[in-house]
Amino acid sequence: MTLALSASGAGKKSAHKSKLTSDRIRSAWLFLSPMLITLAVVAGWPLLRTIWLGFTDANLSDLSRTTFIGLENYYVTFDGEAYGLLVDPDWWNAVWNTIWFTVVSVGLETIFGMFIALVLNAEFRGRGFVRAAVLIPWAIPTVVSAQMWGWMLHDQFGVLNEILLTIGLISQPIAWTADPDTAMWAVIMVDVWKTTPFMALLILAGLQMLPGDIYEAARVDGVHPVRVFFKVTLPLIKPALMVAIIFRALDALRIFDLIYVLTSNSADTMSMSVYARQQLVDFQEVGYGSAAATLLFLIVAVMTTITLMAGNVKLSEGPQS
Amino acid sequence: MADVTLRGVYKDFGSTRVIHGVDLDIKKGEFIVFVGPSGCGKSTLLRLIAGLEDITDGELYIDEALVNQRSPKERKIAMVFQSYALYPHMSVFENMAFGLELSKVSKEEIFKKVAETAEILELTPLLNRKPKQLSGGQRQRVAIGRAIVRNPKVFLFDEPLSNLDAALRVQMRIEIAKLHREMNATMVYVTHDQTEAMTLADRIVVLNAGRVEQVGSPLELYHRPQNAFVAGFIGSPKMNFIKSSVVSLQERGVEVALPGGGTVIASVAADGVATGDQVKVGIRPEHLSVSAEGPMTGVVEVIESLGESHFLYVRDANGTLVTVQGKGDTRLKNGDTIALEVPGSLCHVFRKDDTALPRAFDADIGHHTPAHAASELV
Repeated sequence: MTLALSASGAGKKSAHKSKLTSDRIRSAWLFLSPMLITLAVVAGWPLLRTIWLGFTDANLSDLSRTTFIGLENYYVTFDGEAYGLLVDPDWWNAVWNTIWFTVVSVGLETIFGMFIALVLNAEFRGRGFVRAAVLIPWAIPTVVSAQMWGWMLHDQFGVLNEILLTIGLISQPIAWTADPDTAMWAVIMVDVWKTTPFMALLILAGLQMLPGDIYEAARVDGVHPVRVFFKVTLPLIKPALMVAIIFRALDALRIFDLIYVLTSNSADTMSMSVYARQQLVDFQEVGYGSAAATLLFLIVAVMTTITLMAGNVKLSEGPQS
Repeated sequence: MADVTLRGVYKDFGSTRVIHGVDLDIKKGEFIVFVGPSGCGKSTLLRLIAGLEDITDGELYIDEALVNQRSPKERKIAMVFQSYALYPHMSVFENMAFGLELSKVSKEEIFKKVAETAEILELTPLLNRKPKQLSGGQRQRVAIGRAIVRNPKVFLFDEPLSNLDAALRVQMRIEIAKLHREMNATMVYVTHDQTEAMTLADRIVVLNAGRVEQVGSPLELYHRPQNAFVAGFIGSPKMNFIKSSVVSLQERGVEVALPGGGTVIASVAADGVATGDQVKVGIRPEHLSVSAEGPMTGVVEVIESLGESHFLYVRDANGTLVTVQGKGDTRLKNGDTIALEVPGSLCHVFRKDDTALPRAFDADIGHHTPAHAASELV
């Protein structure tokens, strides 16, 4: 893509494009076209259709009778009362749930991932085996691991309650996924368990790019290892860390499968995706659900832009004393 | 400034022994250079002194204190790495100040020290730059500056110039020599470049396969190598070794056979050799010359002209390729048969076990060798 764009950019400047250059541009577009067409079909078209449906009163029972209703799915006043997604407390509950989930789970995953990456970066016997073993939670499909945890967290037959009761930490079983106080934490815990290896691997890749000699220089200078971590390692892996965090945050903002399997449609844990699915499928409100999906898309897009900009600013500034 | 003393130092990596019992006394303010082929253990030996590797066996003293178990910082050494090892995200100032910040040094003191050092190394205009904005030579100066500000007892250099281009290397070499003179600090310097070794060192330590082959001043190693390895390693181009045998023992030295039937009387003491013994004659390319009456003949195979000098690669009667260095240009052509003058006073003779026979005449060593030492050898 870059090649084609820069070549065409250069071509515009000179009045006469050489045959070689135009040949190159043509073949570049030729090679790109399968990907562009596929993207348009599998990503572009569904996206546009969802956005369009968000402006209609489409219902799953009969999609052929669909009328354009403008912004009514988002906001409308009727007899002096406001209706629509923007004033729906359930929607905003889902938004805050999602953001809370994203911040806490990605935060914990970053910290734990960093620990694991630092351990795996050290030389020890059986390191290859441990590296592979750590990846197992990430390799299990989310639905499977969510179901597995669902059983382990079960209020009557779950192994977690059994263990805690036996060692006397709790006096009666806790309904981890049903209790409003614990449901979100249960979801966060399972997500952290599942995704920390991914984070660890990305950070490990960053750590392995670091030159070894500066650590020897720090040893000769007698700098304390903790200080070396904060003053040398952390600033140097920051670019890799930012990429990992952005990657994970985008993923977390769209969380669906884990929450749906563990807690179904519970309002305590409902994320934006779960809300959109409930409207679309359970309530058959395709128009309203599509509006929610569109808003979700916008929120994720805005947050990505903000994160990228914030990350970039920090990256280019670099640490200054 | 400090003495550094090694006593029977061994280093094993797993079951592989890489340093085989090194004994060495480095005096206060001395510039010591470790040289040797790659893999000879010179960098390992330096890292043992630095404390970056554990000593398997033996003792290391810095200023009479046993430091085997001490950390690099406690040994008060500073090291300059081949790859500079600068912190890429810190400015030149921060790089130099980083090691000082934790010792109980005030901000003003740090600033003063760094500024002074930067002045010496002409880094003042670069203090706010990042390493990637500097040239190779500037980076290496920052690395040296970082060592200087810590005011160490011993400076350790691990091939500091090998990442620089040839012109810069010469310039930095001169700067390091100047620095040593001005600071009068103990410096241990590892290199595989014998020009660096010859020009910088007070004494050179020649290492081979984890053992010390010889320790001595540059000219001592050049004129009085103790064995064929040191003789071949010091000097460029390499010394010629000619298979030979002892023809007779004379008052002036040992008469040895040359390829093609000639002989030469090498000015060496006949220690432990008898007539008929197999020996190796060593003669440096710069000591051979083309002469009609020379005792050795050969055919010119390749001529390399460098302008100020030329090299002749001559195939002798035994089939060995002998290098001859001459001044200026030559009129010889490939395939010419020539005779070579072999000055006996400049010949080295090595026994079968590659140890050298003591050389008797020291005219070219000049004041380095007292007269009585020469007479003892005869």
